[in-house]
Amino acid sequence: MSNISSYDERIKNFDWSISENELGYKEGDVINIGWYCSDRICQQGKADKLAFIWEGLGGKEKKYTFNDIRINSNKFGDFLRNLGIKNGDRVCLFMDKIPELYIGFLGILKIGAIAQPLFSAFGDESLHVRLDNAETKAIITQKRHVSKVRKILDQMPYLKHIIIVDYDGRKPLREREIAFSMDEAEPVENLEIFPSKAETPSVLHYTSGTTGQPKGVKHVHYSIISQYLTTKWILDLRDDDIYWCTADPGWVTGTSYGIIGPWSLGITQCVLDTGFSAESWYKFIEKHKVTVWYSAPTAIRSLMRAGDEVVKQHNLSSLRHLASVGEPLNAEAVIWSEKVFGKPFQDNYWQTETGSIMISNYPGMKVKPGSMGKPFPGITATVLNPKTYEPWEESGKIGLIAFKPGWAAMLRTYWRNEETFKTKFKNGWYISGDRARIDKDGYFWFVGRDDDVINTGGHLVSPFEVESALLEHEAVGESAIVAKPDEINMEVVKAFVHLNPGYEASPELELKIMNFIRKKLSPLAMPQEIEYVDSLPKTRSGKIMRRILHAKEWGEEIGDTSTLEDDE
Amino acid sequence: MEEMKDIVLEYVIEEYLEDEDEEIDYDTPLISGGIVDSFSMVSLKRFLENKYKISIPNEKATPDAFDSVNKICTLVNEFVK
Repeated sequence: MSNISSYDERIKNFDWSISENELGYKEGDVINIGWYCSDRICQQGKADKLAFIWEGLGGKEKKYTFNDIRINSNKFGDFLRNLGIKNGDRVCLFMDKIPELYIGFLGILKIGAIAQPLFSAFGDESLHVRLDNAETKAIITQKRHVSKVRKILDQMPYLKHIIIVDYDGRKPLREREIAFSMDEAEPVENLEIFPSKAETPSVLHYTSGTTGQPKGVKHVHYSIISQYLTTKWILDLRDDDIYWCTADPGWVTGTSYGIIGPWSLGITQCVLDTGFSAESWYKFIEKHKVTVWYSAPTAIRSLMRAGDEVVKQHNLSSLRHLASVGEPLNAEAVIWSEKVFGKPFQDNYWQTETGSIMISNYPGMKVKPGSMGKPFPGITATVLNPKTYEPWEESGKIGLIAFKPGWAAMLRTYWRNEETFKTKFKNGWYISGDRARIDKDGYFWFVGRDDDVINTGGHLVSPFEVESALLEHEAVGESAIVAKPDEINMEVVKAFVHLNPGYEASPELELKIMNFIRKKLSPLAMPQEIEYVDSLPKTRSGKIMRRILHAKEWGEEIGDTSTLEDDE
Repeated sequence: MEEMKDIVLEYVIEEYLEDEDEEIDYDTPLISGGIVDSFSMVSLKRFLENKYKISIPNEKATPDAFDSVNKICTLVNEFVK
């Protein structure tokens, strides 16, 4: 019997107090995610239970019990507090998937500071705009990434501390840098936990929009109420499971379901901190006897491409439940996983802003391959007519995915950007920015974004951000960024570039521009293709019409071009 | 082959290595070692194609085939006339 038992029954009798009661929380109580994910589990008699198995390159392994997680997160909290970090201060985590990332996250929350995880592959400009927006007071990083922080240090007077977790003493520390070794620090048995309340800010995750700079999505400690229950019912985690969430905690899946969800349930989880290869992933599952696996369509499609033979070379019989998130999981991938693993990857849907899974397939519920499933109990989801912002009354109509506000993990605002936050609500609905249709059985089917944002490998890339960065390249006069279809990543970034006088189109220049963006922003934002053009299609008022370029890439109808100034 | 290895190694150090103290050689794992990620592989592939005037089919450009300078050079040599 699965944790959710019957989806239909749960829908009828649902109340979020189910989660509150299981977590022992009552309105007005102190609620601190850091404490819930470590101290509370120890108090439940699981102090010696394995919480974390970490594996790095060459099979290097580290293991931590829940008591280790408790003491090590205390060490982080104590260290930060001694540096002068206070509740409400922003502390950035800028690391690979090493134990310090996961445990440091809890340490930050324990002292009431706000954790700001950022993807370690971000370039210096991507890092800078996000630290600048948050006025981050401290950053926790590794030797291999510190050069990016040093490069922008002069522009960040608010950043007081750069904490290096693997400093080896080979070269002197520089301005504002300080070393901290989690494994070698003195144990901190007791740490005063900050008495955070439901609405105390906890995590700041950055996400990209069509226009403007990335937005800091503010979450609060109360988010654990929906993260806990969705983990329990959708990922179906049980006490004896070995769980593997492949997401990087630089992104929201990696914190909501790679830290908070499993550890608030006292579950053993494992992490593989190496680059992707089908062989190493299957080997990892086999070695650690992974039972529940939460991954992403890009990875699943890459595994499909690697073929069935490599699957057969490993004993993967420990797997009992598979789930996927990031971008829509195509029906072929669902059918393939059923064929090779004996069970389908079950898709689900949510966003950085929603903080927890909103629409999902559930254990025991019929899977329709290609569908993202049905709303989680307690979540009111619909698709709206884009003109009236009223729900479509008939099934099958394509509209905007929208949710009734009020679930626990919902964003509270965009950091220092209340104005944009308000635009996300229409007619009493939170507007996701994605489009879908609902079939007659109530299943949601993803259609696409409702804006120009590019979803590549499950991560959002803002065309505006890439276009702005491209303008800083001496050869680029102007550019337009659109999504290009991609078999593995669903979409990748494509740039249409008009060169400045004196520059000639060439493959060498294309590579230079690609690398320029990769280092400045991130590998995700790097155009995987650059097309040189004499001019870009614009409206009469001079606005670049990305939709025309997008339509050409996707073989779609171009639509109304009556306002077009120049059709190339 | 030796010259190619040096060129590719130098390019990887110049373009992808963030930690100036990190030392890599012809066998250092690049993809599994987190030095080059799957998105960045596209730019490394493009460099090889430009430099050696070849075209590497996508199905051959796997994370495993790009996992070290030695492996990359073996792959490139399949296409160099």
